[in-house]
Amino acid sequence: MRRLFQFHGGVHLKEHKKDAMSQPVQAARMPKQLVLPLQQHIGAPAEAIVTAGDKVSKGQLIARPGSAISAPVHASSSGTVAAISEHPVSHPSHLNAPCIIIDTDGEDRWCTDRHPVANYHELPPEKIREHIRDAGIVGMGGAGFPAHIKLNPDDHVVDTLILNGAECEPYITCDEMLLRERALEVIAGLRIMRYALQAKRCIIGIENNKAVAFHVLQEQVRNTGADFIEVIQVPTVYPTGGEKQLIRVLTGKEVPAGGLPLDIGVVCHNVGTAYAVYRAIELAEPLISRYVTIAGSVAHARNLEVLIGTPVIDLIEECGGNRNTLSRVILGGPMMGTALHNVTAPVTKTTNCILVNSTVGDVPLPSRDKHAMPCIRCGNCAIACPIDLLPQQLYWYARAKDFDKVQDYHLFDCIECGCCDYVCPSQIPLVHYFRYAKTEIWAQQHEKTLADIARERHQFREQRLERDKREKQERHKKKRAALKPAGNAASKEDEAKKAAIQAAMDRAKTKRESNGIEPKNTQSLTAEQQQKINEADARRAELKNSPTNKQDVQRDLLQDNNP
Amino acid sequence: MLSAIIALSILAAVFGLLLGYAAIRFKVKSDPMVDKIDALLPQTQCGQCTYPGCRPYAQAIANGEADINQCPPGGETTIIALADLLGRDPKPLNAENGVQENVKTVAVIDEKICIGCTLCIQACPVDAILGAAKQMHTVIASECTGCELCLPPCPVDCIEMVPVGTDINNWKWPFPEETDQQEKTA
Ligand code: SF4
Ligand code: SF4
Ligand code: SF4
Ligand code: SF4
Repeated sequence: MRRLFQFHGGVHLKEHKKDAMSQPVQAARMPKQLVLPLQQHIGAPAEAIVTAGDKVSKGQLIARPGSAISAPVHASSSGTVAAISEHPVSHPSHLNAPCIIIDTDGEDRWCTDRHPVANYHELPPEKIREHIRDAGIVGMGGAGFPAHIKLNPDDHVVDTLILNGAECEPYITCDEMLLRERALEVIAGLRIMRYALQAKRCIIGIENNKAVAFHVLQEQVRNTGADFIEVIQVPTVYPTGGEKQLIRVLTGKEVPAGGLPLDIGVVCHNVGTAYAVYRAIELAEPLISRYVTIAGSVAHARNLEVLIGTPVIDLIEECGGNRNTLSRVILGGPMMGTALHNVTAPVTKTTNCILVNSTVGDVPLPSRDKHAMPCIRCGNCAIACPIDLLPQQLYWYARAKDFDKVQDYHLFDCIECGCCDYVCPSQIPLVHYFRYAKTEIWAQQHEKTLADIARERHQFREQRLERDKREKQERHKKKRAALKPAGNAASKEDEAKKAAIQAAMDRAKTKRESNGIEPKNTQSLTAEQQQKINEADARRAELKNSPTNKQDVQRDLLQDNNP
Repeated sequence: MLSAIIALSILAAVFGLLLGYAAIRFKVKSDPMVDKIDALLPQTQCGQCTYPGCRPYAQAIANGEADINQCPPGGETTIIALADLLGRDPKPLNAENGVQENVKTVAVIDEKICIGCTLCIQACPVDAILGAAKQMHTVIASECTGCELCLPPCPVDCIEMVPVGTDINNWKWPFPEETDQQEKTA
């Protein structure tokens, strides 16, 4: 018998699981419309490759991955694309998100080009990962991280592959029903995952309140003779199903803060993901349906196999719920689920449970909001926290908006399990404060990145302008330098002319001299004439300093010289 | 279009190389204090602080020529951060410089009206506007700081500031509603 470990804190919750397990799982009714959000996973949204009016068949790719960390979306049934538009989805913001909406034709006709892998052992692990990626498989336990990335050992040696069947939240029973009814398929999926990761051994962890599922699994593992798979029961404490908690319980290893399980040679996947992997590889069926628990105030609480994209209200009504008396519908469990603002929102790849509260027969839920009192520093929250954080300190600093301090107290290690909320005698909505602080810090970091980009671009521009100016100046200089010789060439003509004139004048002069002709007007002047000449000379001297009246000067000169 | 993209990419590459060279060749020793102040400024580069950009304002603060409450885009957060850094008391934003807008906006050019005069390109402090002479111009929304400097030069008034929408990816959890009892003692 394997030695088990414990994690700090946790809480014991009333299970509320029996009701929904009284009937075997069956396929839900075909909805009239399927609403497929482009973002059902962590990472970039998928990009639609169909348009309104297109006919699609079941399993057909309708949106391809938006980036390396993303997942494609497939049509869950055959029909016609009605629109690609904003539609209500399950999100705490109550905002709409882009979805592909398909009017189903009821034929449920499969697309034809499907290629099951007959023997996965013959393909290299990366090809298996490609198949899994192309099938749009994401973590089905709730987080929705693309599975093919978590199936890449990435230079690490994977010692243990853990299959998480703990399912520790109240009301939720879809994993347990899956293990009861599809144990063989889950084991087959686990083997494929082990091959993709080249993991040494596998552990299926299951809470000890699921005796039936445990025995079925054990027997099937024995039947398949897979001696590298262990099925282990873990104590029923919330949140054993948390990835880090389950790893701690089963292996005694701590995932380093801010690190990945892979860092300690462990990978953890949900049992539903293993089932999806089996169907993708052996049946060539992409992820288009999943097990969903419908529980709470409905006449027939049960589990259904639901096409992804089925509106929540359809399922509530199928289980005998009344759309007119609904008060609060939660997707997920009472501890970590999201209250739905619009029941036309669809089931997505990560929807495990629809928890219905109605005005008739309200389901008891842990206290949240509305009645908060001051913190009395009782320390209950710190005792309950499975991560061993100090929630009252986190609350204190988140409330004071001191985002540095709140990170010093490891805000980002908080898994939002809600244990602290649950035990707080003052009914303080602690997790709400933590979520508030987290999104604020993310937004600040985002703004910081944007500011850094803006600074860089501004500097780039400044330098570009500076350089442009320099280059312009240099161009001007060059132009001037280039103009100079050109200017000389132009004046050469002038000079030639001048030289010609000069030559003509010189010729005239020599002619005059040789002919003994003298200008007569400068000799044998009368005293009166001499005086006039002197006066003119004086005026000329005066005018020489003010060249503005050059013409006058010339006129004077002319007059003087030509009496 | 493709050739324009290629041409622009080549230009960018050439500029990058030149810049890299210039950075090494003309390296200016930067004042660490100015760097620290500049790091706290929002880099909108809008000039509302009366300086031609964030860094000149940072320089002016470091020189003791400017006060710490002159940046409207940064608002209270920036003033508190600056006060912290410089060991001074925070003070309210100087109203002469403007008021802090609560919603981030980005410029959008009405491409049907744009006459392609390139005046907005010359005004944009972060080169977030793309276009060539007599071609319609476009703002790269992710690079626009919302400084509004491109609005006045546009001869046909075809640039508009539109608020950046919230979607499920940038949505933030609101501060929890608090009850009276919580307020009283905590
Ligand atoms: S919600 Fe966070 S702080 Fe509270 S108990 Fe869980 S992990 Fe700890
Ligand atoms: S459980 Fe509640 S009241 Fe007690 S210390 Fe934590 S936050 Fe305060
Ligand atoms: S007002 Fe603020 S954002 Fe605008 S240039 Fe000055 S420092 Fe930068
Ligand atoms: S200033 Fe106005 S008209 Fe001129 S290019 Fe820019 S947007 Fe177009």
